[in-house]
Amino acid sequence: MGWFSKKNAGVSTQEDIENKSWLSFQKLKKGLEKTRTKITSRFKDLLSFRRKIDEDILEELETILLESDMGVGPATKIIQDVRDAWKSKEIEDTSNIYDFLKDKLKQELKAWDVSLITAPVPPTVIMVAGVNGSGKTTSIAKLADFFIKQGKKVMLSASDTFRAAAVEQLDIWSKRIGADIVKHQTGADPAAVTFDALEASLSRGIDVLIVDTAGRLHTNDNLMNELSKIKRVISKKIENAPHEVLMVLDATTGQNAVSQAKLFNRAVNITGIFLSKLDGTAKGGIILGMRNEIDIPVKFIGIGESAEDIQEFDADNFVDALFD
Amino acid sequence: MFESITGSLETIFNKLRGRGRLTDENIKDGMREVRVALLEADTNYKVVKDFIQRVTERAVGEEVVRSVTPGQQIVKIVQDEMEHLMGPVDSKIPFIDGGATIIMLVGLQGSGKTTTSGKLANMIMSKGRKPMLVAADVQRPAAIEQLRILGKQLNIPVYSEKGLNPVKICKGAVKFAKAENRDVVIFDTAGRLHVDEELMLELKEIKGKIKPTQIFFVCDAMTGQDAVNSAKEFDTQLDFDGVILTKLDGDARGGAALSIKAVTGKPIKFVGVGEKLDKLEEFHPDRMASKILGMGDVVSLVEKAQEVIDVEEAEKLEKKLRNDSLTLDDFLNQLQQVKRMGPLKDIIGMIPGMGKKMEGMDINENQLKKVEAIIRSMTLEERMRPEAIEGSRRHRIANGSGTKAQDVSQLQKQFKQMKKMFRQFSGKDGKYLPTDGMPAYDMNIHRKLRSKRKKIKKNKKRR
Repeated sequence: MGWFSKKNAGVSTQEDIENKSWLSFQKLKKGLEKTRTKITSRFKDLLSFRRKIDEDILEELETILLESDMGVGPATKIIQDVRDAWKSKEIEDTSNIYDFLKDKLKQELKAWDVSLITAPVPPTVIMVAGVNGSGKTTSIAKLADFFIKQGKKVMLSASDTFRAAAVEQLDIWSKRIGADIVKHQTGADPAAVTFDALEASLSRGIDVLIVDTAGRLHTNDNLMNELSKIKRVISKKIENAPHEVLMVLDATTGQNAVSQAKLFNRAVNITGIFLSKLDGTAKGGIILGMRNEIDIPVKFIGIGESAEDIQEFDADNFVDALFD
Repeated sequence: MFESITGSLETIFNKLRGRGRLTDENIKDGMREVRVALLEADTNYKVVKDFIQRVTERAVGEEVVRSVTPGQQIVKIVQDEMEHLMGPVDSKIPFIDGGATIIMLVGLQGSGKTTTSGKLANMIMSKGRKPMLVAADVQRPAAIEQLRILGKQLNIPVYSEKGLNPVKICKGAVKFAKAENRDVVIFDTAGRLHVDEELMLELKEIKGKIKPTQIFFVCDAMTGQDAVNSAKEFDTQLDFDGVILTKLDGDARGGAALSIKAVTGKPIKFVGVGEKLDKLEEFHPDRMASKILGMGDVVSLVEKAQEVIDVEEAEKLEKKLRNDSLTLDDFLNQLQQVKRMGPLKDIIGMIPGMGKKMEGMDINENQLKKVEAIIRSMTLEERMRPEAIEGSRRHRIANGSGTKAQDVSQLQKQFKQMKKMFRQFSGKDGKYLPTDGMPAYDMNIHRKLRSKRKKIKKNKKRR
């Protein structure tokens, strides 16, 4: 079939990779520009001149954290840590607060294992889920592009058979980036599409199979059961698959992200989060705040609208870009 | 996590009972709770700050009414203020008679503009008008396709032109509407990140060309602190007329509603409460206030119950309760009706004061499944007279349902207790059960229970 174009991008050289990683940092920085100017300018205002720490400063600091969607509990906790450090003379004046906070956040985020789980024998199956409008389809295109650039053969399974034109949208993406696609009609059984995609990926020697699913609110039990069923179909066909179950989370999401992660995790055991739409004014602070409630590593971030706007999560980069 | 706001406020304020007036000092703790509740609901930090200040001002100096607890009184003030802030309700769309009413939907990516266009068209159709859809989103792959499918479902025309710039499409659409005799035109515009100046320019240009009757800003109810930024930006650029809040059928508390209203002053017109095209409702500030405060939503609970509970069945059941002939079969029926209302956790969450208490507590739906399995493994006769189930029957039922004999006898015991409880409520003449379709919730039950408790206490003292 005509649209099964199998484009293999050349494997990047070491230099390319180094160049790219620097570029990607710049890009992330740019993506987070708005976030940064917002948070940092306030930080800078706050910390521009050395002054003694007092409760007013701590309150102001808390405000800033709250505005990043970190959530009341986590923000209060971090402020308490700062307060403790201040009381124990670990930090003396406002000029230290900044580094203290940055180090603390980095340290916390570094506890995550963000490496991608891959299958010893291909295909690696990645299932992608999330609430409506979180950016699943675009994120899948980005993921596919990410693997294709590594010289992998990628197939997409159009298992979002519910939303009008979701299949078409994924189809357009697959052509743009050069990935295989398995699709049925809108309204078809998503588990059946997935099954066909699994068969096809085995017979065509696919390296990475990415399974799209319909967006669903995590509180809808029936739809969550449907999601579990899709996962079961995958596990039955290929042992230990899906190797990754990524939940796409819109970076503008507030405290509801906690509930989303919990309920998606209950249905399909999420292995990682794809943080999408980080290029707005959104702060993505929720991923810092979530950790007390449910600790799932962010594995990828989406920072733009085109297919190559994807990055593997890097705690240093993330925190630096946020505060630099 | 905090408990139900009502619960924690009451604990704090009950200390004040009989103190006379609410003062700055003594409501401070309570306001802290309100602040947390609002922030947990994603209300913008600054909006929360202003709000707390206003509520404090209003509350200070108020006399503690003897009939209610100070906690309840504060909650009432908070709720009033919230409703005041989010109201007044204005879900009207000012249609232009004898001409085309033009509605333009704007919003961020993934906020639900396209689906909302379809829902809005559906709602407008039910008002006897003839809407059409315009796909002005040329950005997202297959967005036009999606709108076309919605149009087909609603059986209304969808105007789109591939490859043209959105401004031109919109101009063409207005002509098309006139030719096709359509009196309402809904424009689904491209969503992007609002930092995108290009999009804003495009939208402004469309606005200038088509001169929309109304512009609605579509916002995802799950949005965090950023909701204010995008709402403000869209409002400054486009001066929209109202807000449509989407995805409220999830468990988002929707503090964004409060923030957006506070920041832009524009009314929230409609809320999206489901994926189907008929799931667009008018906005109710009172319900929203309860939701934001995490106080449960009795109205929705009742509505949900009405959806699934068969009136006739309920009457039959009531009779059975009254003459003490409730069987396990009836019980099974009840279980299924409750299950049809959705996950138990959601239902309990809607009961005021229960919502947050249940957080973290895993309600065991499996327990219910177990009970169901046990009852299903019984013969009809056993369901009628569960007390007659003895050893070998119990074994058979346990085997059949994959449970243990203890589970079966536990169910027998519980059912017996339940029947006994109902008997107490209904009394011999059933005077505590409603007789004429009144809500089963009767103050008499409270009174009776209270007097009973008192009696028990007295008895204890005597001993």
